[in-house]
Amino acid sequence: MVERTPIFDAICQVILLIGLIVALLPFAIVIIAATHDIRTVNIVPMPLMPGHDLMANLHEAWVRADLASKLLNSILFAVSVAAGKVILSAMAAFSIVYFRFPGRSLLFWAIFITLMLPLEVRIVPTYAVAANALAPFQAILDVTGITWLIRTVSGFQVSLQWGLLNSYPGLVLPLVATATGTFLYRQFFLTIPDELAEAAKMDGSGPVRFFFDMLLPLSRPNMIALFTIMFVWAWNQYLWPLLVTTDPKFGIAVTQLKLLIPSEFGLPDWNVAMAGTLIIMAPPLIVVILMQRWFVRGLISTEK
Amino acid sequence: MEKRATFSSTTIGLVFVAPMLLLIFVFFYWPSGQALYWAFTLEQPWGGGNQWVGLQNFQQLLSDPVYWNSITRSLVFGVASTAIAMGVALVLALFTDRELRFHRAYRSIFVWPYAIAAPALGLAFRFILAPEAGLLSVLNSIWPNIWNPALDGKDAMIAIVIAFSWKYIGYNFIFFLSALASIPRSLIEAAAMDGAGPARRVVDIQLPLLTPTLFFLLVINITESFQDSFGIVDIMTQGGPARATELMVYKIYFDGFKGLDYSGAAAQSIILMGLVVLLTIVQFRFIERRVHYK
Repeated sequence: MVERTPIFDAICQVILLIGLIVALLPFAIVIIAATHDIRTVNIVPMPLMPGHDLMANLHEAWVRADLASKLLNSILFAVSVAAGKVILSAMAAFSIVYFRFPGRSLLFWAIFITLMLPLEVRIVPTYAVAANALAPFQAILDVTGITWLIRTVSGFQVSLQWGLLNSYPGLVLPLVATATGTFLYRQFFLTIPDELAEAAKMDGSGPVRFFFDMLLPLSRPNMIALFTIMFVWAWNQYLWPLLVTTDPKFGIAVTQLKLLIPSEFGLPDWNVAMAGTLIIMAPPLIVVILMQRWFVRGLISTEK
Repeated sequence: MEKRATFSSTTIGLVFVAPMLLLIFVFFYWPSGQALYWAFTLEQPWGGGNQWVGLQNFQQLLSDPVYWNSITRSLVFGVASTAIAMGVALVLALFTDRELRFHRAYRSIFVWPYAIAAPALGLAFRFILAPEAGLLSVLNSIWPNIWNPALDGKDAMIAIVIAFSWKYIGYNFIFFLSALASIPRSLIEAAAMDGAGPARRVVDIQLPLLTPTLFFLLVINITESFQDSFGIVDIMTQGGPARATELMVYKIYFDGFKGLDYSGAAAQSIILMGLVVLLTIVQFRFIERRVHYK
């Protein structure tokens, strides 16, 4: 605190407190609703004293949405996407910021534009590509006449086929292919003083060495922040898993929420719905709570 | 913005960027190109080749008031939720950054909403805002039928804006707060010594130094409002009532996968892509000029 401003401080506290209530209320409602039985949960207004049916509701939601295997899939899926993002975007941003080769700004734009067109926007054709991830290369071979050439020379018909529907790569890869992480790294690399790279070059370090020994250690807080963000982001993915995993074996937890909506004409069992919501929203929340202290401190610890 | 010190090896540079390029080629540029092709042809959903139809798909769309509706609603949704999410997050971050009592608790808790999956908070808010149970139903027991997102389109739109901004306040808060914390303490103290009050310091020191963050968040928030809204809409309203919350992406999904109208969905994708790219270029031209990276 810089100066004494008691009245203004009091106003700040009141506004922050209102913010706190707004931020926590939905969590409180979900948890309390998950402890009620079906009769109590439908009383208007819902009683704010917790009931006694938490375990029964959690169990009912667990079984109804088949959460044991779905949660495992979700964890696998989210970790893969986050790791892929952290690694590939650091590399791409390094190349864009620290190299000067012909077409570099074109590359920057090529990658940056992917930030603006999320998967949801081009969902229909991406789904078609996922049916055969090698289709683009097949088409290139066909158009350039290489398919024809190989067939005439060796009698071998080239047909590249790698179906990604209902598979883990199909879930993960299209979600890694955006610029969110690259952009974040670029912004960060641009704030690193030029003198650092100059000094490294003067000491005889090549680009690879500079990347691993200077940039990566410097960006560790960014990497952890990015990993957390991407883990949570991947866990929260909904439309793509919904389309790609028609086979329940590969289904993830979040898409199961739809099963839990009380139907308009059935029982309004909001208690079970909220219990399921609680289970499904818990893992990313725990990650953010546990990782937060570390990454906020790492991100911030410049002056204080 | 260019680096003064760069490396000259083109090969190594390309090797570093290659994996990302390969992925975005297969899963971004190829599908986008295909969308372009489909938009000008009529695709039979069960195969059987495409027929070139020129601009017919677009003409059909643009003369369709239902489609114009979905554009308007997407823009209303995007602008409203971005404004709320960024405005509230900025105020909370500025106040938390003053390091009053309990600021550590605020710093942790305001981030939590961002951790929740859009469909999960959609389901939570569907209950909280339900007309017959939950919290807001109290309104209905006082004034009957004043609030019903299942029947009233305006209420449904308010409900999804609330749900979406609630989540993104947490997201924006993280970025604002860490940007604020990276502003040197000495700058603030020097300004205070020169007689600048809290408001003056916000306007003259903190906000200018926040511009890169503001720019980043503006881009992300608007794209996320197109993207992350799908889960909320699908769980809370399913585009209803009477298409009142049918945002552009939801309509694309609905026409493409439920209606199997690939060409129509592709044409919609192209228009959405154009809109979004235009937005980026405008932002880049007008905002990056005023962004300070140091």
